[in-house]
Amino acid sequence: MIVARTGNEAMAEAMRQINPDVVAAYPITPATEVVQLFSSFVHDGLVDTEFVPAESEHSAISACAGAAAAGARVMTSTASQGLALMHEILFIAAGLRAPIVICLVNRSLSSPINIHCDHSDTLASRDAGWIQIYAENAQEAYDTTIQAVKIAEEALLPALVTTDAFIISHGMERVELVDDKAVPKFLGERKVKHSLLDVDNPVTLGPLDLQDYFFEHKRSEIDAMNHVLPTIEKVQKEYGDKFGRYYSTVEEYKLDDADVAILAMGSTAGTAKVAVERLREQGKKVGLIRSRVYRPFPQTAMLKAMTKVKVVGIMDRADTLSTLGGHLYTECRSILYDADNRPLLKNYIYGLGGRDISIEEIEAMYDELLTIQKSGQVDKNIVYYGVRGE
Amino acid sequence: MALLEIRWHGRGGQGAKTAALLFGDAAVETGKYIQAFPEYGPERMGAPVFAFNRISNEPILQHCGIKNPQIVVVLDPTLMETVDVTEGLPDDGVVLVNTQKTAADIKKQLKLTTQAVYVVDASKISKDILKRDLPNTPMLGALIKVSKLLDFKAMLESVKHRLEHKFPTRPEVVEGNIKAIKRAYEEVMA
Repeated sequence: MIVARTGNEAMAEAMRQINPDVVAAYPITPATEVVQLFSSFVHDGLVDTEFVPAESEHSAISACAGAAAAGARVMTSTASQGLALMHEILFIAAGLRAPIVICLVNRSLSSPINIHCDHSDTLASRDAGWIQIYAENAQEAYDTTIQAVKIAEEALLPALVTTDAFIISHGMERVELVDDKAVPKFLGERKVKHSLLDVDNPVTLGPLDLQDYFFEHKRSEIDAMNHVLPTIEKVQKEYGDKFGRYYSTVEEYKLDDADVAILAMGSTAGTAKVAVERLREQGKKVGLIRSRVYRPFPQTAMLKAMTKVKVVGIMDRADTLSTLGGHLYTECRSILYDADNRPLLKNYIYGLGGRDISIEEIEAMYDELLTIQKSGQVDKNIVYYGVRGE
Repeated sequence: MALLEIRWHGRGGQGAKTAALLFGDAAVETGKYIQAFPEYGPERMGAPVFAFNRISNEPILQHCGIKNPQIVVVLDPTLMETVDVTEGLPDDGVVLVNTQKTAADIKKQLKLTTQAVYVVDASKISKDILKRDLPNTPMLGALIKVSKLLDFKAMLESVKHRLEHKFPTRPEVVEGNIKAIKRAYEEVMA
């Protein structure tokens, strides 16, 4: 069915079709609508979900972790400060191997207070042991929400699916929904090996774990993250075969014959594709790399994409405040260390607090990258794009 | 059809966002790709606000703001005294205003030379039919006419579905809005 939906509405529709056992949530701009709409589905009897309106995000994610440990299919939604308040429990949920899915709207972290898009909230949680997938548009947010449930449950790892605040969360687009009945069929029932509610086979979850076994348990969690990429790829393919929309962990756009490329995440990748089209009309060989999956870092696919070109401009919508540049930049530099044909890199930190990034600005970045290709010199590695006084 | 970009000017509470969403939603049903989004600043009743549409036959990839809209829709004519409603408008752009004045008067007021101006008294239409000054839905009718890119009958049908969904127990509201859209479609003039 083809409909017009905002990103938030599309994610709420996916949740309705998924029909999770438990949703525990606390509202926050700009993600409020996701659970607000979902609560109306609960009220209208369209889902069988146990809906828990919690008194904070910390409580909401705690309820999610408990329910997931009991064997339930669990989802929630939040943004920015809400995710920051969940931070403690994010690690606990991942350590408990609780396959919770969060529909997350990327909003900048205070201070200064701001409700608009950057990626500082989820990137600050990058080490929490959650799978992170960044959607480019409302369609992808919808598709990925469904995929994430299957990925999380197969890998026993929690997952975050993100959209850009307001740009996608409140922007209405054409979205193709799959049939209501097809979603539960695609997902199947959650298969639970160890449930807290299985009194015949009692298990202990979350006890004290000291010098004797903590390290082994942590190592097994790390191992799960190290091996989840094939599961993500498998589910993406199954989804594509079934519903016709295919996704990859790293998207390559007009890259094969490109001299220079931009690497971006989220909705900006779409804007950059238009810049690529315009510049290609002028005969400039430019391409785009999009990091769709960010955790785990798809390093093999990323390395393959980046080494196709001579210069990569890496667009980060957050900074690490470490003097090292943005998250994608530091990590891409790291994976290139052992590569034979390393491209030159330039880091563009852009769009913090929702500042708009136009096609023309991205075209100008590409022109700069082409100049770098000619000269073989990167003047300044890290720039803060479009900032006054820069 | 190439990509069409539209900017709506209204005042907080006047329904610029609702109109943009309704317009986009209806266009999807006629087979188009669309975007509809408001500008989220401080939200105050009566303050100048913006909303935007993109419409195309092809998938729309860009997610940046709209700086050079081909069409500008002005819901409240008093906005033209304080807001530069023609900012970024190309030479062949179109301005559509809810006003009692003539297109020639508006053209003079906005100091336009090459751009086309269309006017319709959407407030009067709304007051006549809906008994309230809600110019946003009638302006949809005028917009469909001046954009020349959308099939009026299909759009009308689609808007009707949306309104029926929104007001399931108030058929008179649906009927009134459809009547207002039709009248604005007919009365809008250069």
